Amino acid sequence: MIDIEHITKRYGEEAVVDDVSMTVERGKVAVIVGTSGSGKTTLLRMVNRLVEPSEGRILIDGKDTHEIPGHLLRRQIGYAIQGHGLFPHRTVAENIATVPKLAGWEKRRIDDRVDELMTLFQLEPSQYRDRHPGELSGGQQQRVGVARALAAEPDVLLMDEPFGALDPIIRAKAQDDLLEIQRRFETTVLLVTHDMDEAMRLGDQIAVMAEGKIVQYADPATLLVKPASEFVDNLVGTADRPFRLLSLRKVGDIVEPGSSEGEPVQPATSLREAYANMLWQGRDTLPVVDDQGNALGRVRMDAISPWAARPA
Amino acid sequence: MIASPRHKVLPALDKLGVFIAIGLLATLGFAPLMVFRANRIVLGETVDIAQAMPPGPMVVLLASIGVAGVAALLKTSAMMRLIASLAAIAVLAWVVGVSASFLVEGADAVARASPASGFWLLFGIFALMATDALTRMDPKPSLRIGLVLLAGLALAAFLASGIWDDLSVMREYENRAGSFAREARRHLFLAFGSLFMAALAGIPLGILCHQVRAVRGPVLSVLNIMQTVPSIALFGLLIAPLSWLSTELPILRAIGVSGIGAAPAFIALFFYSLLPVVANTVTGLAGIPANVSEAATGMGMTERQRLFSVKLPLAFPVILTGIRIVLVQNIGLATIAALIGGGGFGVFVFQGVGQTAMDLVLLGALPTVTLAFAAAVIMDALVDIMRPSGVQKGSQ
Amino acid sequence: MGGSSGMTITTARLLRAVTLVVLLIFLFRPETFEPMLALLVANNAPAIYNQGSLLSLTISHLAIAIAATAAAALISVGFAILVTRDFGREFLPLSRSVANIGQTFPPVAVLALAVPIVGFGTKPTLIALFLYALLPIFENALTGLTGLAPTVREAARGVGMTGFQRLLRVELPLAFPVILTGIRLAFVISLGTATIGSTVAAPTLGEVIIAGLLSSNTAFVLQGGIIVAALAVLSYDGLTALERLTARRTGRVATAV
Repeated sequence: MIDIEHITKRYGEEAVVDDVSMTVERGKVAVIVGTSGSGKTTLLRMVNRLVEPSEGRILIDGKDTHEIPGHLLRRQIGYAIQGHGLFPHRTVAENIATVPKLAGWEKRRIDDRVDELMTLFQLEPSQYRDRHPGELSGGQQQRVGVARALAAEPDVLLMDEPFGALDPIIRAKAQDDLLEIQRRFETTVLLVTHDMDEAMRLGDQIAVMAEGKIVQYADPATLLVKPASEFVDNLVGTADRPFRLLSLRKVGDIVEPGSSEGEPVQPATSLREAYANMLWQGRDTLPVVDDQGNALGRVRMDAISPWAARPA
Repeated sequence: MIASPRHKVLPALDKLGVFIAIGLLATLGFAPLMVFRANRIVLGETVDIAQAMPPGPMVVLLASIGVAGVAALLKTSAMMRLIASLAAIAVLAWVVGVSASFLVEGADAVARASPASGFWLLFGIFALMATDALTRMDPKPSLRIGLVLLAGLALAAFLASGIWDDLSVMREYENRAGSFAREARRHLFLAFGSLFMAALAGIPLGILCHQVRAVRGPVLSVLNIMQTVPSIALFGLLIAPLSWLSTELPILRAIGVSGIGAAPAFIALFFYSLLPVVANTVTGLAGIPANVSEAATGMGMTERQRLFSVKLPLAFPVILTGIRIVLVQNIGLATIAALIGGGGFGVFVFQGVGQTAMDLVLLGALPTVTLAFAAAVIMDALVDIMRPSGVQKGSQ
Repeated sequence: MGGSSGMTITTARLLRAVTLVVLLIFLFRPETFEPMLALLVANNAPAIYNQGSLLSLTISHLAIAIAATAAAALISVGFAILVTRDFGREFLPLSRSVANIGQTFPPVAVLALAVPIVGFGTKPTLIALFLYALLPIFENALTGLTGLAPTVREAARGVGMTGFQRLLRVELPLAFPVILTGIRLAFVISLGTATIGSTVAAPTLGEVIIAGLLSSNTAFVLQGGIIVAALAVLSYDGLTALERLTARRTGRVATAV
C-alpha cells in the first residue's frame, strides 16, 4: 500500500533521512520507533509531502505521490498529530468535517459521516457536535483529532505521536480504540512514536530508526528475539523482553481442555496478563471463559512459560 | 496576631467601601457643588450644596448619596452596589440641572452656572463604585455593550428633556448648535474614516509581513519611527506636500484635498493607525499554535485556504485589539486636527483654551471623552465575543 | 545568516550614533543646518527657530517628560506592590479597570480640563503626561510581580524570608526588567505627548512646531518634529539596552514589546 523507495532528505549537507526503503501492507499498522532526531517524523512527513524528499520516491497504491499536487494528495491521506492541532475557532463537527468539505462532499453525506465518527469515538453527537475544542478534555480532543483524520475515509492514516500528550490510562484506551477502528475500516496506518511499549502494542510491523536509517524493520516478535543490533536490543529492553514476548500472544492460542479454580480469563487476554493474574492469585492454572461466561477450558502456567523464553 | 482583633472590630465592612464613604463625606463637607459666574469668562463664586438648590432635590440627593455610601460600606452584593451607584449618578445628573436652573433664575441672561469640584468628585466616586461592581460581576460582552447603549439612551433622554438647558456648557452649545453638529461629523469622519483606511491597508500589509519574512523588519521599523514623530508635527509636515499635490493634480482638488483642512489630518491619523493594525496582524498570525497550522496543511488545505479559513479567523481577536487601540487613539488625536484647520471637537477645546472659557473647552472635551470611553468598552466587548469559546482555558 | 544579522546590528548602532551626533550638532550649532532648511521656507522667513533656544526647549521638554514618567513610575509600582500583597489583592481587578479607563481619556482633553484647575504652563502638561504614563507602567509592574515562577516564590518562603524581604530581595529585582519595559513605553509616549503641552503654553518643543504651523513655516515644524522623534528613538534604544543589561543580570529574558 505504501512503498517507500530509497528516500533521502537532506538539509544542507546533513541527511536527516538517509536512503530509507520500507513497505507497509494494505490494512496493516506499521510503527516507526526512534529517539528524537532519528528522522522518524521527517520520514512520515515525506509520505504526505509536508516535507519534499531530496531523493527517492514514495508510492501509495502503486501511484507515485508526486503525480498529484501536494494539497490534493494530503486530502486523501489522514493525518493526526501530537497535541491534536484542532482548530480552536471551529466546533467539533466543523473540525471533523474539514477534509470532506475541502473535497466537496455534499452536506448530507458530511453530516452523516460526522455523526458516524463521533458515535464511533464515543462522543455523543447531540451533546458534543457544537462544542468548541477548548471545552473538551484532553482525551476527547485527541479522539476528535483522530476522527478528523479519518473523516474523508482515507485508505492511509499517518499519525505523529498521536497519543503523546495523554496520560497513561487514557492513552491505553485511545490505543485500543485506534486498533478497533483501524480493523473496522481496514485503514493502513503509519505511526511514529518514541515509546517502544506503544509500538509493540499497535504495530504489525515495527521500523526502528536511528540517525536517519532504518536499523530493523520486522514484526514485534522478531524484534524481540532477533534484534538486528545492540541498539535495537537496548531499545526493546533486556529485562522486559520475556514479558513483552508474552504480551504478543493470547490465551486463546494455548487454551486446553479442563477446569480450574480462580478468576477466569478470556481468550483475547494476553499471556502477560494471564501470567500476572496467576502470580497474583497464587495459582498455576486459571479457567478460560468466553464473553457470555461459558467455560472454554483452562490455561496453565507451564504452558505460558515457554512463550517467554528465547527461541532456540 | 495583630490582624485578628481588628477584624472583630470591623466585622463586615468593605475595604473599598471605607474609602468611598470617607470620600463622600469629605466631598460633602469641603467641596463646593456648583460654581456661579456673572458671565462666561469671569471667575465664579462657588456654591455649597445647601445654597445650590431647593430643599426637595437636596433631600433626594443626600438620600441617594447616603444609600450608595451605606451600600458601599457594608459587604453588599455587587448587583446591589451597581444599582445604588448608578442610581446616585442619575440623581446627581438630575440635580445638577435643577441646581443650574435654580442658580441662574432671576439672574442676568449671560449668567452661568456649572458643576464644581464637588460634583465631579461625587461623580468620580460613584463611577469608581460602579466600575468596582462591574469588575466584580464580570458581565458578558453582550451585556457590557447593552449597558453602554443604555447609558447612551439615558444621556440622550437627559439632553432631550431640557433639564440641563441652564447648565453653562449647554448654553455654550445653544450658541453653536450648527457648528457643533458639523465638527462632530468631522471628528467622526476623521477618527473612523482613517481607521477604516488603515484597516484596509494595514491588514493586507500585516499578512504580507507575516508571509514574507524579509519585509517584516523594514516595514515595522518604518512604522515604529513614524509613531515617534509627534502628532502635531506629522499633521504640520503633510501641509506642504499636500498643497503642492492639490495644485498639481486637479483631481485631488476636486475631491477637496488641500494643504490645510481635513486632508493632512486624515492622512496623519491614517499613518498613526497603521502600526497597531500591522503589528497586531503580525502578532496574531504568529501566535497561532504551530500544530494547528501544521494540521491545516496536513488536511490538504492550500496556502490560501489555510490563511482565510484558519489563520485569519484565529488571529482576528488580536487584529481587533489593534483596531480598538487605533480607534480610541484616533478619537483622541482627532482633536489635534483643529490646530491645522482640520475641524473636529478640538476646535472647541482650543478656542476655549484661547479664550479661557472653560465651558467651551468642556463642549469639546466631554463628547471626545465620552466617545473614546464608549468606543473602548464596545471594542473590548467585541474582542471578547470574537474570541472562540474555550480558547482561553483550552489549547492556548 | 549570522554575518548578515551581525551587519544589521552594527548598522543599527552606527545609525544610532549618527542620530545622536546630528542631534547634538543641531542643538548646539543649529545654524549648520540653515542652508538645508532654508529650502523649505519662502520669502526669506527664518529657517531656524528664532523665538527661543532649541537647546533649552529640548532640556525642558525632556525634564517634563522625565518628571511625569518618574512620578507615574513611583505611584504605579507602589500601587502594583500594594495590590499584589495579601491585604490589597482584592483591589487588583478594580485598579486594573481604573488604569484602563484612565488610558481612554484623550491627552488633549486632560490637558484642556486641567488648565482651569492648575492654570497654564507646565503643570497641566505634567498632569496629562502623568496620567498617560500610569497604565503602561502599572500593567508591566503587575506582569513582573505576578509572573514570577511559583517555585521561586516558594523557595523564598522556604528559606525563611519575611514578606518584606521577599519583596525587596526576590520579587522586585526579578520584576525590574519588566517594570523597566513599562517605563520605556511610558517615557516614549510622554516625549510625543509633551509637544501638545505647548498648546497650553508649556515650554516644550511643541512650541517650535506650533510656531511653524501658525506662520506656515515648514522648516520649524520639521525641526521640532525631528528633534522629538530623535529623542524618542534614542531613549527607546537606550532604555532597551538598559533592560537587556538588567534582564541578563536577573537571568530573565527581556520581553521585546
